[in-house]
Amino acid sequence: MVTTVKEKIRSREGADTDLSMRAFRIMLLARATEDKLAALYRAGMIKGGVFLGKGQEALSTASSIFLKKGDIFGPLIRDQAGRLAFGDTVLDTLRTYLGSAKGPMRGRDGNIHRGRPREGYYAMISHLGALVPVVAGGLYARRLRGETGVVGVTSIGDGGTSTGAFHEGVNLAAVERLPLVVVVANNQYAYSTPNNRQFACTDLLDKAAGYGIAGFKCDGTDPAACLETLHLAVQAAREGNGPQLVVATLLRLVGHGEHDDAGYVDAGLRKANVGRDCLEVGAQQLVEAGLATEADIAAWTKEAQAEVEKALNTAQREKGPDPEGENWRSISTEHLVDGHHDAEDE
Amino acid sequence: MSVTYLEAIRAAQEKALADDPRVFIYGQDVGAFGGAFKATKNLAAEFPGRVMDAPLSEDAIVGLAVGAAIEGARPIVEMQFADFSTVGFNQIVNQAATLYYRTDVPCPIVVRLPSGGTLGAGPFHSQSMEAIYSHYPGLVVMTPATVEDAYSMMLEAVSIDDPVIFCEHKLLYYHLKADKLPDVAQPAGKARIARAGRDATVVTYSAMLHESLQAAEDLVEEGWQIEVIDLRTVKPLDTDTVLASVARTGRMLVVGEAWPWGGVTAEVISRVATEGFGLLDAAPMRLNAKDTPVPYHPDLWAAHRPTATTVAARLRQLLTQ
Repeated sequence: MVTTVKEKIRSREGADTDLSMRAFRIMLLARATEDKLAALYRAGMIKGGVFLGKGQEALSTASSIFLKKGDIFGPLIRDQAGRLAFGDTVLDTLRTYLGSAKGPMRGRDGNIHRGRPREGYYAMISHLGALVPVVAGGLYARRLRGETGVVGVTSIGDGGTSTGAFHEGVNLAAVERLPLVVVVANNQYAYSTPNNRQFACTDLLDKAAGYGIAGFKCDGTDPAACLETLHLAVQAAREGNGPQLVVATLLRLVGHGEHDDAGYVDAGLRKANVGRDCLEVGAQQLVEAGLATEADIAAWTKEAQAEVEKALNTAQREKGPDPEGENWRSISTEHLVDGHHDAEDE
Repeated sequence: MSVTYLEAIRAAQEKALADDPRVFIYGQDVGAFGGAFKATKNLAAEFPGRVMDAPLSEDAIVGLAVGAAIEGARPIVEMQFADFSTVGFNQIVNQAATLYYRTDVPCPIVVRLPSGGTLGAGPFHSQSMEAIYSHYPGLVVMTPATVEDAYSMMLEAVSIDDPVIFCEHKLLYYHLKADKLPDVAQPAGKARIARAGRDATVVTYSAMLHESLQAAEDLVEEGWQIEVIDLRTVKPLDTDTVLASVARTGRMLVVGEAWPWGGVTAEVISRVATEGFGLLDAAPMRLNAKDTPVPYHPDLWAAHRPTATTVAARLRQLLTQ
């Protein structure tokens, strides 16, 4: 049941050139957004943490770029690129980090904990693995309504695969044969904990066989490989072949959050293939294929940076939420709101 | 012709499935088997594909319900015993309970918790978990004590847009009976005066209502008229009805089957003390289970939980204070 991408796809002729360029420009935009977030964090302009996905843009973009309107995407921490590919905007990203009342979370939640669930863009909670059964549930409801051809994609890291929620969610999706693609970014460390303290199987892909689902493996630093693999996985799910597990190998090129200097990362890994910057690999692929010149890439980078500046300009002018105007209600049913917590309220 | 508390829960689920195509039931053994307590008996056959056995995964069961609710479905999930909901706790309190506040998307799920102690059930099949769920913002916690409420509150739980923790008491499943299902429902969120009185108020809910009513009856021959309030839902807590009763009686005992630390009884006393201190003629009292795991042996269990005898004894103390 487990197949590696090498066996499944050999040739790259007929590769969608427009797709590779589109994906690369999303990667650039994500990188430009995150570079700005890091700068804002260092300048003390962001309250709370900043968690970046540097080095994971290729995999993240590929995770959602094959999704269509009506599909479901449940991104995780290092999915700035995938979020943008699914329709999130730089503006909403900055709004959420800066606490604008106009952002999708209205100041009620921040940073990576954002989404627009009505549009299939689910908002993660911090508990890893917890989103797996939720995306499965979204797909379950769609199927119950008679909708076919819907796909859900959710992300997890090497650390997240150790949670009970991940296990329960993937197993349930397998039992229900739901069109769920679970993308594992094995970035070698869960915060500071290396793979050898995280799991004892030879390869995380081995888990696919255990769950009775299809598995794909790819080099997460290689944008073309990520696109090919996710294309296959999403297509297989869409065609009714049940859950698909994608395991990509890469390295997080930043700390867990911007507060973390990642001094624990093995220097050898940084120099190895796994430590390549997918943006550099992607640029080289486009140039070698004759799809872009160095000058094109420099121009796109500038464009991405300009888009970020423009969004920042807008988000910075927007007001935060007003505590006086906040309704402080956690349920929607008027007659079941609990009162009497504080005599001053009465 | 009579209907039990359990049959009322089954009938309400049947009606919800029949009335609303968005409703489905998901849980361990709820399908063809009809559930560990038969609360979904025959429903899988009656509603093909909408009453499904789940793998033994409480976290994923609740997670699935949340995702389905985001997409507009109205799932009812059964935890086989309330005690096992701890495994799904994260999905309930962090996923379901925060969704509306964070994203403005409501989360209409019902989590059924077969709750409370029964003979010989022991530490892990006896728990009363209403307090711990009430502690979290974003959840409605229903604790029906009557056949009528079991039916109408289940229907309301399915119909509202918020997550509901439905604490149904296992001790009431088979023995509590009504002549028929109610035609008119009293809305959730309002307490009910189950017995009128003038000398003291007992505030209680779920199975402890019946112990408290028995205690009130036992005290009649001693000349006491005890008012008994059934909270019906513990979140929201109908403080107004409680305060109005205490204003009449001047004395209050709060009875709950759950453990004493924090919890519903503490919350009721806190509210009455802060908002109705001047109404009290005596210090408010409370009675809970003992602060140990629920013991297995019937003799230990009988002494662990409040009963009509211990409620009456505590009331005598309160009345002579």
